[in-house]
Amino acid sequence: MTAIDSPQLVTQETKAPPGLLRRLVAQRQAKIGIGLTAAVVLLALLGPVLLPVITGFTSTEFTGRPFQPDGVFGTDNLGRDVLSRFLDGGLRLLAYSALATLLGMVLGVLAGMTAAYAGGRVDSLIMRSNDVLLALPSLVFALLAITVLGPEGWVLVAVIGITHAPRIARVTRSATVDVITEDFIRAAEMYAVPRWKILVQDVLPNITGPLMVELGLRMTYSIGAVASLSFLGLGMQPPTADWGLMINENRIALVIQPWGVILPVLAIAVLTVGINLITDSLARAAANANVGASK
Amino acid sequence: MSTSLQDPIRTAVLSATGLRIATTAGKEILHDVSFELQPGKILALVGESGSGKTTAGLACLGHFRAGLTHTGGEIRMAGSGPSSNILDLPEPERRKLRGGVISYVPQDPALSLNPAMRIGDQIMEVLQVQGHGSSDAERRARVAEVLAEVGLKNDDAYQRRYPHQLSGGQQQRVGIAMAFACRPSVIVLDEPTTGLDVTTQALVLQTIDQLAELHNVAGLYITHDLAVVAKIADEVVVMLSGEVVEQGPTERVLYQPQHDYTRKLLDSVPDLAGKRRVGRTSVITGEQPVVDPRPAAAEDRTRREASANFLEVSGLRLAYGSNQILDGISFTLAPGESMMLLGESGSGKTTLSRCVAGLNDDYSGEVRLSGDTLSAGTRARTAEQRQRIQYVFQSPFSSLNPRRTICESVEVPLQMSGKMGRKERRRRVLEALDQVRLGSSYLDRRPGDLSGGERQRAAIARALVNAPSLLVCDEVTSALDVSVQASIIDLLRALQHETKMSMLFVTHNIALARHISQRMAILQHGQIVESGSTDEVLEHPRHEYTRELLANVPTF
Repeated sequence: MTAIDSPQLVTQETKAPPGLLRRLVAQRQAKIGIGLTAAVVLLALLGPVLLPVITGFTSTEFTGRPFQPDGVFGTDNLGRDVLSRFLDGGLRLLAYSALATLLGMVLGVLAGMTAAYAGGRVDSLIMRSNDVLLALPSLVFALLAITVLGPEGWVLVAVIGITHAPRIARVTRSATVDVITEDFIRAAEMYAVPRWKILVQDVLPNITGPLMVELGLRMTYSIGAVASLSFLGLGMQPPTADWGLMINENRIALVIQPWGVILPVLAIAVLTVGINLITDSLARAAANANVGASK
Repeated sequence: MSTSLQDPIRTAVLSATGLRIATTAGKEILHDVSFELQPGKILALVGESGSGKTTAGLACLGHFRAGLTHTGGEIRMAGSGPSSNILDLPEPERRKLRGGVISYVPQDPALSLNPAMRIGDQIMEVLQVQGHGSSDAERRARVAEVLAEVGLKNDDAYQRRYPHQLSGGQQQRVGIAMAFACRPSVIVLDEPTTGLDVTTQALVLQTIDQLAELHNVAGLYITHDLAVVAKIADEVVVMLSGEVVEQGPTERVLYQPQHDYTRKLLDSVPDLAGKRRVGRTSVITGEQPVVDPRPAAAEDRTRREASANFLEVSGLRLAYGSNQILDGISFTLAPGESMMLLGESGSGKTTLSRCVAGLNDDYSGEVRLSGDTLSAGTRARTAEQRQRIQYVFQSPFSSLNPRRTICESVEVPLQMSGKMGRKERRRRVLEALDQVRLGSSYLDRRPGDLSGGERQRAAIARALVNAPSLLVCDEVTSALDVSVQASIIDLLRALQHETKMSMLFVTHNIALARHISQRMAILQHGQIVESGSTDEVLEHPRHEYTRELLANVPTF
């Protein structure tokens, strides 16, 4: 019996499977993902603060000759302490990715919900301009924007956010289309509730499932994008400490002094895998009310 | 049900004994259910939603839905190999039985037929999978034969049709043809006529009955509709929350019910003649007095003379492309009057009610409320006009936002129409919930915690919170069980007495007529073919369509 058509089961069932978050945490995958992500995020957050305590150097200070095994992880191409740069380099990456994802979500969700709700010509206009944006390779778009506007932080965030928006808009639109055919939307229409209020009150809370999944997915892409743009020299500029930049700076000496590459690569990989695990579990929790119940 | 399988006198084709099924979490859904299917006879499994009737039916196919496990009991099939207990067979063996020896007709043919496959090929597929017949030519002949058996055309052109080119009744008959294709000995029918209108339902029931008798097939008919049971079943099993509470021959169960629950169920079935009184039984309903249209109508007459027509619809037309949905509808409604709009699916009854409520704004024609012509869409109407006409949606499962509490949903009309404070709104919501017999404990619950009937009450409360003068009810009971339907009908009648509002009750169920309305209008292909007082229409139907409808209503 489905929960819907059985009065006796309803009360019981609503007590048994709790909210999305509980179902998420109930999965082992999600626990691992949360652990991995939390470790890297903590490292990135606390790194800059604890820098003087742990190494005693700042991230731009020259501590010795290049590529020497001084300190815990040696020195980099300019003779700076690798550990110091590693500890200092995560926060910017995380902050930029988070901001870019947020920007992408706001733009995408607005565009997607408007398109689905308005329908007709507005829908076509929004979704076709979306297609144009999608047709542009995101890296080419980023190169173009950064060459014109300069490698500033806000440009990076804006460019990555804008490349995410069309994809998020598509997901939002399809989720919204399912919801707006429901009678409760029609009821709100009947009471002449302002359209923006219908979107915020009635549509948005009902599409959080797919949106959360999309959020996690886009976050991993943002991290990848920020790191690769920095690697290409278009993101963070030297001498700023940054994981993407570190990989580029130190890859020439991969054999003699591998830590300068391994540490940031490892951190980015762990972070990406962690967020992906959470996203996957979230998708499962959103789709199935019984996830984690039997474990 | 103590007779054993080997009993030579009663040769059951399939017998379920002590069947127990539980959820994976450990809650038992079926408690010790036993029944037997006789060849050529139809056993009806009756119960409300959640009673476990579908679970029991599927168990006969050796199938358990996700999250359910078999915990005890057996299902024996006469002459099905070494182990006659289906539930002991490994899954591949069970799969061989399904569609061949035991077949299944699902509830909604529109969902169960593959929309991308021609119907002839779909029936062929069953035969091929089951290895019926030795050659394709033989199988093709069988397809033609079985289509004729269910009363459909069987020429090539017809076999090449896609499901969407058939009507609902024809689709369901294709479903039945698929089930009968391999000459099964047991057929499980899961509410096969629920989505069909009475005329088609009568035809489908007749088809099932004939086929079962002709080919000596044992049928298990799962339904909640007791009137259908009376028409088709030889034996009845009544289920209540996973338990068999009563079983026996149809005549005995329906006319001399032993168990309280059966009696309650029978009492809540609406009937055309108005003999039974929906809404007077002990638990299912309140103490609403006899639903008798006459005194109310008489009372109305005086008032109708005093005031002009309250709602006036004239020349309403609406078309989607070349499809004329409404074709010149005109009717009037007096204050405090209840009118039933009756029509089959596709007759335009929902569209009509939505035009009146302003949910549909591309009609031509006029809707006048107390003499003022209403604009087409709700947004174009004044707040006062919006407040006076309220609409209750068909499905309570879709009309309340699952993410908002009942209070938040019910107070929307108040928020939109006035400058009431939060406390004042909450007080009004509580009053409205009281009116629909839901207490204050429901204020902060979400729709997910409520049963279908409770949700529909909350939806009615939302319509009532602004004290409307016209309530439009669009098939408000069609998604609900009969006993819940009885209590909702009862509630609506009581509310109408209390508030003196007018009501437009849209339905496809003519049996409700005497229980809810003083007048009725019958809709066919977007036109009103007959209208008049309920008595007039039911006793002296003038239009042929009305007569046909009345003739096909299953009664007992």
